[in-house]
Amino acid sequence: MAKPTGTTTAPVDFKTLSGIPVETVYTAADVAGLEVPPPGEFPYTRGIHESMYQGKLWTMRQFSGFATPEETNRRYLYLLSQGQTGLSVAFDLPTLMGYDADHATAEGEVGKCGVSISSLEDMEILFRGIPLSGVTVSMTINSPAPVIWAMYLAVAEKQGVDWSQLSGTLQNDILKEYIAQKEYIFPPRPSMRLVTDVIEYAMRHVPRFNPISISGYHIREAGSTAVQELAFTLRDGMEYVEWGVARGLPVDSFAPRLSFFFNAHNDFFEEIAKFRAARKIWAETMRDRYGAKDERSWKLRTHAQTAGCSLTWQQPYNNIVRTTLQALAAVLGGTQSLHTNSLDEAYALPSEHAVTIALRTQQVIAYESGVPDVPDPLGGSYFIESLTAEMEREAREYIRRIDHMGGMIPAIERGFPQTEIANASYEYQHSIETGEQKIVGVNAFVEHSEEPLEVLGIDPSAQGHQLEKLAKLKSRRDNAKVEACLTSLRSVAAGRENTMPHILDAVRAYATVGEICDVFREVFGVYTETSVL
Amino acid sequence: MEPRIRVLVAKPGLDGHDRGAKVIARALRDAGMEVIYTGLRQTPEMIVNAALQEDVQVIGLSILSGAHNAIVPRMMELLREKGMDDVLVLVGGIIPDEDAAELKKLGVAAVFQPGASLEAIVDFIRSAVKQTA
Repeated sequence: MAKPTGTTTAPVDFKTLSGIPVETVYTAADVAGLEVPPPGEFPYTRGIHESMYQGKLWTMRQFSGFATPEETNRRYLYLLSQGQTGLSVAFDLPTLMGYDADHATAEGEVGKCGVSISSLEDMEILFRGIPLSGVTVSMTINSPAPVIWAMYLAVAEKQGVDWSQLSGTLQNDILKEYIAQKEYIFPPRPSMRLVTDVIEYAMRHVPRFNPISISGYHIREAGSTAVQELAFTLRDGMEYVEWGVARGLPVDSFAPRLSFFFNAHNDFFEEIAKFRAARKIWAETMRDRYGAKDERSWKLRTHAQTAGCSLTWQQPYNNIVRTTLQALAAVLGGTQSLHTNSLDEAYALPSEHAVTIALRTQQVIAYESGVPDVPDPLGGSYFIESLTAEMEREAREYIRRIDHMGGMIPAIERGFPQTEIANASYEYQHSIETGEQKIVGVNAFVEHSEEPLEVLGIDPSAQGHQLEKLAKLKSRRDNAKVEACLTSLRSVAAGRENTMPHILDAVRAYATVGEICDVFREVFGVYTETSVL
Repeated sequence: MEPRIRVLVAKPGLDGHDRGAKVIARALRDAGMEVIYTGLRQTPEMIVNAALQEDVQVIGLSILSGAHNAIVPRMMELLREKGMDDVLVLVGGIIPDEDAAELKKLGVAAVFQPGASLEAIVDFIRSAVKQTA
């Protein structure tokens, strides 16, 4: 991405954001010997469907949640009325960390980064007036994922919706929490057991639900390169497959429901190549390494989100343009669903106005640009094909190194992915400092007076409202029943039985997120990382 | 040789997004400062205790979650109680202008918002520590 600022005839080293050298021109010689079958054919480099978006556009799914379940419910009803085709729930930090709104550490954090959910009652309010049979719902939750998913299933029961009709995605990807986002509670092994409990339970009882979204997004946001994002995410995916198989599940019984989530960052062609390489590596790995025979197990289905970390505080309207390019890369990369960030997200959670522009961005690409009309229109481009092959090569090298460490958990325990990401993020920041990497409005084309932006404020009464509701619930519910459910969950957690049925019983009795996670804290302990600088 | 400036880089609150904190810690270290990084999820009490034990001249807080209005006032109060008013406090992260002004009233020396350069932060610490020395 290093571009010369003036005209020059001196040789300039062009490279992608991942540092892959870029030649002056690409020709047939760069792709000699490369075979790339058409879209819909193994290994799906060009897309998992033969007709791609001719058959069905991607799902436009804006991640959203703030303050109380009441307020977020209003935002969901608005987004659905504006043509959004799926929901995606953002939870606040206390919920993500398995604390109720009334926990001491929740002070000042309730409803700030997402919606506050402490009990089934909050979840019922969140989906009020939204029949779960008619909408796909994605939930970004990891350590407490089994608890939140149990609440979702209980809401479906109350709405009279059969679980076989439910479709959506639970993030439930704990490995990338240790690697990047750091919202872990328990140590890796018991956490992996909970992840596998969810995968197994979904396979048996909620067959259309994706029980995991193996996420590179957060790895990238933490500062990794595109190659690292690709490699660490796929290696995480392999770890989940191995745990499922070790549980005794036939690989083809659960692999078709594994889903992915990648970032769409600034380097346009590299991002497109990343999606293409991901599909190829996954398909070959599932078939050849894990012996999957069902072609649905080979197909990497993915969600994409434009890069939050690329948004600038300076000249924020430029963020619309950045997001448009990134969204276009995700579409050209063949994503199945997409979130576009809003122009004001370097400041706050997005305003309704800003999120509408972000949704319209996808709609313009979908309905006006003509881009979705042809599957993988860049297939066969000398540059794209050669970049895809190079990203595959570099990602496989990382995967081999992690295999040699004994898999992703030992790699995490020795801080390997964390160190690689920290180094990459420091180098990237350094390249911005030196001006080698230009960021419009930040270190180039700077303006000194800027119009203030109107941003969403979180109503400070949200915390009080949540506390009051929770206190009332705790006095109203059958506390003896709650205790009995928690006691039985404690003994199941200490054994090997699947925890899901017992978590479901507890949430139906209105046991809270915090109470259930406390049982797990007691049995599994909590994890503290050794920080890598 | 001048003694090295000692800085505590801390990540308070529940948020785990530590990219900024780590980049700053490394940049300060590369600029010749002695940097202690607390790691994640520090309470104001933990941060003040660490600052006391490590005898730092500067505390840098990284807060992206919007919880700064709950965390920073508590920490400033603790610093005062322990007679550590002379410690330079910097806050970096997603801090709206009006909140930044409030934090400065509480005694925060500087607030660095997104896009701030590492060089500006290093320069600020150097000149501020020199003034108070």
